[in-house]
Amino acid sequence: MSDGPAAQSPWQTVTITGIEKRTPRVTSFFLQPSRPFAYRAGQHVDVRLTAPDGYQARRSYSIASAPEAGETIELAIERLDDGEVSPFFHDIAAVGDEVELRGPLGGHFVWSDSDGGPLLLVGGGSGVVPLMAMIRHRAARKSTVPAALVFSARIWEEVIFRDELIGLDDRRDGFDLVLALTRELARRPTDYSRRVDTAMMEQSMLRLPAPARFAFVCGSNAFVSAAAQALIDAGVPAGLIRTERYGV
Amino acid sequence: MVTRGFFSGRKPPTDADERIPPGQYLEQGFPVLSAGPTPHVRTEDWSFTLKHGPRPIKKWNWTEFNALPLTKMTRDIHCVTAWTKFDTAWQGVLVDDILADAGIEPPTAFTLALSFDGYTTNVPTQDLTAGKAMVALLYEGKPITPDHGAPARLLVPHLYFWKSAKWLNGLQFTERDEPGFWELRGYHIYGDPWREQRYTGDS
Repeated sequence: MSDGPAAQSPWQTVTITGIEKRTPRVTSFFLQPSRPFAYRAGQHVDVRLTAPDGYQARRSYSIASAPEAGETIELAIERLDDGEVSPFFHDIAAVGDEVELRGPLGGHFVWSDSDGGPLLLVGGGSGVVPLMAMIRHRAARKSTVPAALVFSARIWEEVIFRDELIGLDDRRDGFDLVLALTRELARRPTDYSRRVDTAMMEQSMLRLPAPARFAFVCGSNAFVSAAAQALIDAGVPAGLIRTERYGV
Repeated sequence: MVTRGFFSGRKPPTDADERIPPGQYLEQGFPVLSAGPTPHVRTEDWSFTLKHGPRPIKKWNWTEFNALPLTKMTRDIHCVTAWTKFDTAWQGVLVDDILADAGIEPPTAFTLALSFDGYTTNVPTQDLTAGKAMVALLYEGKPITPDHGAPARLLVPHLYFWKSAKWLNGLQFTERDEPGFWELRGYHIYGDPWREQRYTGDS
């Protein structure tokens, strides 16, 4: 896996070209950079908003789109009621608006099909976003690297990218989707109605033809702590597990 | 560039303003960020080694390390993910006191902090001495929790907080400024929050 330094990436203006509601709390924003850039699946960008008095707020958001998707990048942003940037996106931002963006950023939580696999992805809530970039990258490359996504959401309606993920699962091309609903009964026979745990990780790994070579875990700190420990207890070496936490 | 429809509702009170570096916001909680699973290091398995290059200078076990002078340090901390937290209260052993116990002056101008999970981060030696940095053992009077680096973490509060390595098990003096884990992955070699040195190449 190449972990070379990211090139310097100054702030640039991007234009919102599309807005698509994904779940009641998560909306995708499609951004056209004024200076398009290449990126790797799993990387993030910093977004900066500026008030008339000069006050600025910046937050990091993972890229949801595949590097192959063209110049426009997709950010899937969850509305945090006590936030200051996500409410702007959800309540105010419209197609045609401009914001400032810096990226791509991050050289650790990244995967390319040339890295190989098997690939084990574990996401909680909007933690699925950088994993979605990897899954879309795998599909765009027509990769046959075995991959499994264990995706925990509270309810069916909050499964971000649900139809697209189920469509990819239905291809049976080596990608397996496992949904873990924590507050609702599972709707598919292969899904779970509970939080992620060691047994779920063991069973999910059996869907892969060989032990995982890469494990990526993303979500809240509580989710990542529990899921990473479940992976370790299921026999995944700690050194293979890469995590990304929202912090809280 | 002013963003249409964005107003500074969150602007901190002016007395707090001068304590918040550019591009940061004030956080009341204590977010957790790390590149891998949380290691659970038992104090009986813990040790701290001072090294010059590959050569160990001195090694302390948990009991020996806790016998060194403890110092309190209350500081604002600044994470590169843009949160700033005021008045975090730590107790630990100043790097100065570690060097004194080893009976040495810093042999080189650069240091690499080493962690149990393989994490590394580079800090110029002069940013660790003269009371600027410590190996913290307590946070708000209690042992540091595993998420925050138990049992011991580096505290270099004047640099972005990724420099304050969790699960610390040593300091290594190096002849050159050797980039650490995040510094090899796109983050700034020095990381001064007041100059907003977040990413590789930021001036």
